[in-house]
Amino acid sequence: MERAEDVKKHIKVYLWVFAGLVIGTIVTVAVSNLQAGVALGIFIAMVIATFKGSLVAGFFMHLRTEKKLIYFVLGITALLLLVLMFITFFTIGDQVGVQIVPESAGHSVH
Amino acid sequence: MEIPYTVDAHPETGLHNSKIGIWLFLASEVMLFGGLFSAYILLRTGSLPGVWPLGSDILSVPIGTFNTLVLIISSVTMVMSWASLKMNDFSKYKLYMGTTILLGSLFLVIKIFYEYIPKFSHHHFPSTDTFYAIYFTLTGLHGLHVLGGILVNLYFWGPGSKLWKTEPERFSNRIEVAGLYWHFVDLVWIFLFPTLYLL
Repeated sequence: MERAEDVKKHIKVYLWVFAGLVIGTIVTVAVSNLQAGVALGIFIAMVIATFKGSLVAGFFMHLRTEKKLIYFVLGITALLLLVLMFITFFTIGDQVGVQIVPESAGHSVH
Repeated sequence: MEIPYTVDAHPETGLHNSKIGIWLFLASEVMLFGGLFSAYILLRTGSLPGVWPLGSDILSVPIGTFNTLVLIISSVTMVMSWASLKMNDFSKYKLYMGTTILLGSLFLVIKIFYEYIPKFSHHHFPSTDTFYAIYFTLTGLHGLHVLGGILVNLYFWGPGSKLWKTEPERFSNRIEVAGLYWHFVDLVWIFLFPTLYLL
């Protein structure tokens, strides 16, 4: 149970986190204008998004000081999410780099 | 029958039950959005070279950036509403929670009137192409989550806040749980925005 004195100390931290999130958003948009290339662009955008997401989860959702049971639940979730992602990629694993042209060539596939 | 451990921590887990409940729910939400993100990656990597459009060419980056900032500010006001209750300041709670509701509503108004309706008026629908299909699915589902959060917060701002007078600790726990959901919705948008609008 959080005490009022502890919560008062948190408020300053919340404002720093807010500043971090705003700066992160501005940097994300600025970097996207640099024409860094698709692969590098995706990498940088995801690194910044992960940083911002960690700030929200760690401080606003208090995950930094959470009980072990919550970490356990989230650990299992992360594992299942990875499995979900890999199952999807296994379906196209043998097609990477192969250009698939539909039978009705000439029609747009997107 | 009274629900156990809504205020005190369960001796086995060290947590009140509503907190375990919301984290299990959020775990299922991670899988829901994770599945859709996975579909997005699959569709994008599977498209022919040069076919997938650049998000910034067809979506408004300034509007998306503004909406990102709106959600970030709403996360701050949400956590401040919980902190106000912990500091025994109910009037500040009402102010911060009311602001959170207004910011959430602003996000939806911008989404609908400055993004969806102009897209529809230019005949861009989910059926138009794969990009718009995944764009409307991801942002539409996220928008429904924002709407759900607004309704819950509205209840806790209005009639649900009566609980503060009789069981203040239980009420603050409810706001903490509602806050966890709201921050999760913000977190999803933090990943949606660069994925759809910038890449």
